[in-house]
Amino acid sequence: MYAFDFEKPSTVADAVAALKAEEAQPLGGGQTLIPTLKQRLAMPSKLVSLTGIDEMKGVCVADDGAVCIGGATPHAVVAREAAKSYPALASLAANIGDPAVRNRGTIGGSLANNDPSACYPAAALGSGATIVTNAREIAADDYFQGMFATALDEGEIITEVRFPVPEKAAYMKFEQPASRFALTAVFVAKYADGVRVAVTGASEEGVFRWTEAEEALSSNFSPDAVAGLSVPADGMIGDLHGTPAYRAHLVGVMTKRAVAAAG
Amino acid sequence: MTTVSMTVNGKPVSAEAEGRTLLVEFLRDGLHLTGTHVGCDTSQCGACVVHVNGEAVKACTMFAQEAEGAEVTTIEGMANADGSLNVIQQAFQDHHGLQCGFCTPGMVMSAAALLKENPKPSEAEIRDYLEGNICRCTGYHNIVKAILAASGQDVGAIAAE
Repeated sequence: MYAFDFEKPSTVADAVAALKAEEAQPLGGGQTLIPTLKQRLAMPSKLVSLTGIDEMKGVCVADDGAVCIGGATPHAVVAREAAKSYPALASLAANIGDPAVRNRGTIGGSLANNDPSACYPAAALGSGATIVTNAREIAADDYFQGMFATALDEGEIITEVRFPVPEKAAYMKFEQPASRFALTAVFVAKYADGVRVAVTGASEEGVFRWTEAEEALSSNFSPDAVAGLSVPADGMIGDLHGTPAYRAHLVGVMTKRAVAAAG
Repeated sequence: MTTVSMTVNGKPVSAEAEGRTLLVEFLRDGLHLTGTHVGCDTSQCGACVVHVNGEAVKACTMFAQEAEGAEVTTIEGMANADGSLNVIQQAFQDHHGLQCGFCTPGMVMSAAALLKENPKPSEAEIRDYLEGNICRCTGYHNIVKAILAASGQDVGAIAAE
C-alpha cells in the first residue's frame, strides 16, 4: 500500500470537511477498498473512515413505512435488524461475502463502489430506493450510471438509504463460489403500482432493470409470465466463470426463481 | 506515525502505527502476538480472524487506527484463566480439528463467534458460517466435528464423506 493519512471523524460534517483535502477518499468498511489499496490500484492522500459516525448507523422504519438504513451500517446489522421490516433485503445482506466480511462491509460502501456484481445495487434499484447523501436525495433510477460509476460527486457521502417496502420481494443469487459475488442475481419486488426487476452480475454496464420482465410480471406475477422472455447476450459480462450467453440465460432463470420465492 | 491504543485480550495496549498499518500487522509486529496468522492477505482465507468489540473480523482487512479504543480478542486470549485449553480449543484437539494448524487460530475465533450467536448450530449452519475460513489441508470434516462437540452436541451423526 502507498502511504496515506487516516482520519476517523465522528460526525458527517467533520467527514465532509476532511474529504475536501486533495485526493481524499472515504472509507466504509473497507472490504473492497483495503484489498484495492493493497494492490496499489488506488493512491489516496487521505482516508476518511466513516465507521465512527453514529448518526450514519442503524436500521429504522420511517413514518411512511420505508426502511431506512444508515450508510455506515454493516451487512450483519441489516441482516438482523431488517429481518422483520424487509425480509428480502435482510436475506440479501445475510448472504454477502462471509460472516467476518459482513461485520465490516457497509451498505453505503457497497453502493458507492457499485461493483457490477455486488448484491446491494440490485436491492436499491429493485426497490426504487432513495440514496440520501450529505448534500441531496438521489433516486436509485438516477444513481447507478454504469460499472463502478454513480451519481455521487467527489467527497459526497451516502448517509442513508431509504427502501420503500414492497408487498412481495425476493433476491436470488447464482453465486460465484470463490468470491461469493453474484455470477448473476435478480431482485424482484412487487409494489402496488407495479413490479421492479433489477439484475446484477450480468451486464457490463452494471446493475440494470429488466423492463420487459417488469411489464409481464406487473400483469401476471408468476414465474410463467417471464418464461418466454430473454435478454440479449450482447453487452453481458464474459469471463472464465461464464460466457455472455450463459449470463443472459441466468437472468431469466434467476428471475423465475425470485418470483417463485417471493410467492 | 500515530499512537494507537486499544484493549487486547483484556489488557490496555498502545503502539505506533501508520495510517496504512493493518490491524493484523499491529497485533503481530507491534504487540508480538503472532498467533493471528496472515494466510492470503486478501480477506479470503480467514486465518487472521480476531474479534473486535465481540465481532469476528478479518484483521488483514481493517486498519489498526480503525480499532482505536476497541476491545480486541485474539487466539492468545482464548485459553482458560489457568492456561488450559478452552472448550473449543480442547474440542479441536480431541477431534483432530487441525492438521498443519495454520488456519486454526482463525477457525477457533470464527467458531467462538458462531457459538456466541448460535449456541447449538447444525452441521449445515457450521459449514455455512465457515465460508470465510479456508483450510488448505482440507480438514473441514474434523473442524466441523470439533465445533459440534464444543457446542455439546453429538458428533456421531456426521458420516464420513
